[in-house]
Parts: sequence; C-alpha cells; structure tokens
Amino acid sequence: MNITASELKTWLLQYGQLLIEQTEYLTKLDSAIGDADHGVNMQRGATAMRQTLTETTKTAPSELLEEVAEAVLEGIGGAAGPLYASLFFGMAGAVDGETSVTPQQLGDALQAGVDSLAARGRAERGDKTMFDAAGPAIEAFRQTLDAGDDLNTAIEAAESAANLGRDETAPMQARKGRASYLGPRSVGHIDPGATSVALLFEALTELSGTENS
Amino acid sequence: MSKLINNKTEIVADFMRGLKQSHPDLDVDIENRVVYRKTPAVGDKVALVSGGGSGHEPLHSGFVGLGMLDAACMGEVFTSPTPQQIVRAIEKVSTSAGVLLIVKNYAGDIMNFEIAAERAERNGIKVRSVTIDDDVAGGKLPSDGGRGMGLTVFAEKILGAAAENGMSLDGLCELGQDLRTRGRSMGIGMSSCTHPVAGVPTFELGEDEIEVGIGIHGEPGWRRARAGSAQDTAKLLVESILAELAAPEQSSFIVLVNGMGGTPLIELYVMAGEIHRELIERGHSVDRYLVGSHITSLEMAGCSLTLLQSDAESLKYWDAPVSTPALNWGVAA
Repeated sequence: MNITASELKTWLLQYGQLLIEQTEYLTKLDSAIGDADHGVNMQRGATAMRQTLTETTKTAPSELLEEVAEAVLEGIGGAAGPLYASLFFGMAGAVDGETSVTPQQLGDALQAGVDSLAARGRAERGDKTMFDAAGPAIEAFRQTLDAGDDLNTAIEAAESAANLGRDETAPMQARKGRASYLGPRSVGHIDPGATSVALLFEALTELSGTENS
Repeated sequence: MSKLINNKTEIVADFMRGLKQSHPDLDVDIENRVVYRKTPAVGDKVALVSGGGSGHEPLHSGFVGLGMLDAACMGEVFTSPTPQQIVRAIEKVSTSAGVLLIVKNYAGDIMNFEIAAERAERNGIKVRSVTIDDDVAGGKLPSDGGRGMGLTVFAEKILGAAAENGMSLDGLCELGQDLRTRGRSMGIGMSSCTHPVAGVPTFELGEDEIEVGIGIHGEPGWRRARAGSAQDTAKLLVESILAELAAPEQSSFIVLVNGMGGTPLIELYVMAGEIHRELIERGHSVDRYLVGSHITSLEMAGCSLTLLQSDAESLKYWDAPVSTPALNWGVAA
C-alpha cells in the first residue's frame, strides 16, 4: 500500500512529539556550541507544526508538506526555520500532483528535501550541520530500497545512519553557523541541528508496516 | 538569576508595549513584531528595513526614526525574525525608490531575509540587501565570513542619512559595500548572559578570565584568555582589528566603543581613552566617537570595538540629523 497524506501526518506528528520531549537536551547541546535557543525554537516550531497537522484539510501529500513548511518557517524561526522549511518545500515539490507515494517516491522526495536544505544552508558534508545526519540517512534509505529490501528495513537503515551521522559530528570542527566562530572549541560536541534532524528519521518508524497494512 | 520580566515567552511583546509608550514617534505592530516610524517615508526615498533577534537593544528598534531605519523586525531573543514578518515590513514601508535590507551576517538572518526578499520581489517590490560582516574574530577561518557586529550601527546611521538625502537604491548598495570594506569589529566578554527562556548562563567564566572574539548572543568566543587591564584589552582589540582592516598609515576613524549590556559607562570611557591612545600611538586619528551600549548581548559584561575608516562622505552622513530612541542629534526640538 502506498503512503498517503494521512501517513505523512502520523510521521510528522510523531516528529513534533519527539522534538517537544527533547527540548531540554537540544538546549543543552546548543549551549555548548551555540546560543542555547535550538531546543526552544524547535519546541515552538513543533507545536506550530502539530497544530497545522491537526487542523489541516489537505489530502494531497504535496499540499500537506507545503503547509508544514510554512508552519516551521514561521514557527521555528532562526536558522533552523528556513532550513527545515526548505526540506519540506523540497519534498512537496517532488510529490506534486501525487495522491499517494510509493516508498521509492518517498525516498526521492526526501532526497529532494535534503538537497534543498543543503542548498539553502550552503552546507557540505563535514561542516558539522543538520546535513551530516540528513545526508547519510537519505542515502541509506534509498540504497536499502534499491537493494530490494522493504520499507521497514529502509526506515531502520535511515534511522541508524542518521544517528551515526549525528554522533560523528562530535569530533568535527564546525565550518557553518554560529558554532564555526568557536573554531577548534567546537570540537567534542554533538551538533544540535544534526540531533534534531535525526529525530525526523527516527519518527519515520511510524510508517513501518504501511506496506503490509 | 532574577530578571525584570513577567512571562519569559512574552518578553518581546512586553518590550514593544513599553517602547510604544516611551516613544510616541514610533508605530509598533506587536502582533507581527515590527517597529515603524510613525511618519512613513514618501515618494522617492529608499526605505530601510533591518531586524534580527531580540536581546541586542537598542539595536534595531532603537534606531527606527528620522535619519535611520523605516522599520525594524524583531525576532525572539537571539532568533532571527521570520520571512512573514520581514515581508510585512517591506510591503508596509516600500516606496517607488525601493527597499534596502540591512542584514547582519548570521545564518538565520541571512536565510530569513533572503526568503523574504524573494517573496517581496515576486510581489513586484524592488529589494536589495547589504550584509554586515565586520567581526574579525577567527580571522578568515569561518567559512560563513565575519559576524555582524558594531558596524551595523554605523551602516544604519550612514545609509539612513544617505537615503534621507535622496540617494538611490543602487547608490546605497554601493555605499554599503564601501562601508563593509572600511569597517571592522571585535569584542571581548567578561561574563556570559542568561537567555530568558533557558534560564541559566550560556557559559561560565573564571574570575580572571575573558572570552576573546565573542559574538552578540552570549556565546563563547574564539579563545579564552587571562583578563588584563583596560590598556591590555584596548591594545588587543585595536591590534586585532588593524591586522584585518588594512588601513593605510595616518587613517582617521569613526570609533564605536560598545558595551555588551552589563558593563558600566565608566568602564567604556576608560576603554575609549585607552583605545584613543593606541590609535594615536600608531599614527592614526579619530574623527568621531560613539561610546555606549548600542549592540548588546542581554546583560553580558564586556565590550566591542568598531573602527570605520572615515572620509568626507561618511562624516557628512554621520553628522546628519537623526531622531531615534537611541541616537539623537541635529534635530531642532
């Protein structure tokens, strides 16, 4: 069975829930190498996103994702707002006109979203940003599907890759964003943005079983 | 630590209510978090819009008024305003001459103003931006370029006066680029600050330590050093800035000795005296001083220095009349 707007809604509601639960942890990470606002901003954005998802009447995946993009753009603010908005706008563009998507199409959409995020942030892998978790996650997701495995396996692979990518930001010296002004002192801390984006892939487990249902 | 706030998540709106009561020359849109001049620009004056996170007061809302900004968009504390707010401000103040955005170089500000400019342009408004990136901390290492610091105050004053004088949007962009090449800043911190929502200081410093190369968000700096006298600190700041500025011999400057929010004026004037001596010893001179807390980081203790190589044009616009909450001169009462 294909993935519809309803499943995407479930995924993103769970993502918002995880963000709200992790507010203090994200704040703590951002206090070490940033300005201590990532947790609060993501919490505000998550609340706005969840409200949008609860109230929306959209049934087309692209329209739902566009609404989510607008909600996080305004709700998160800061640097993360435009970056997450770019991710969801990118995804929306990739599924324009579809009423539901196959796992492969979801992979293509996530790829478009992550590409759009990297372009807006002018980020490269190794800069110690969201892209260091999002990049490996989408690669793992698509490679697993390409190898003929099912959606559940691809989601597990994406989640592990995102978490690994997140952890691998610790030894990196930041080259983008506020942490880059700490120079070598940014080394030894996990990137808060990579941590929040890893939750997006963790929340994908909500879609597990969609194929079999 | 205790703070004079009611509700930590309503601090920006509460600030705006107080600002509106205190400065009847301002129009305050609390819902959209934008501060406007009550008497809007008309006809062929380019409108100037800036903004950024809150917590840097008086920047930017304190610089709204005759001779400076037409609108300031206020984000949450230390968080960029959103494209929706910025688009609203642009649409409200835009004139046939266009709109100039003055943007501090922080990833969030850059992206939000960029998205807002794209949207306003799609609605047929002529929008250009000047990015302020005057911080020398870390030299050329950060790939994002220098952060926006005290030069923002100079840019808002000088570009604001030039716009008031009828300069075109292209002319303002060119003057803005010129200011970027001639102005640099650096700051030191003697304490962190407490984000009202986080509730705890962003970092802790020992009694005899300073953070060198701080930004304006209470974040740690480029390196930690032993605290020295005002003279030592003035030397460090002047040397660091001149090393990056490539100012010719016998340059003259407009100087901002800026408090980060928690350092008293008495210490800032001690610093001004030391900075003056350091510049004169190197054969330079100073045309104008601005001493005070103009771009702050909540209650952070510390200071930043901004040097802008002056010329006849920048001095003319610096001296031009200004009437804003934070800068006021040359306007008959």
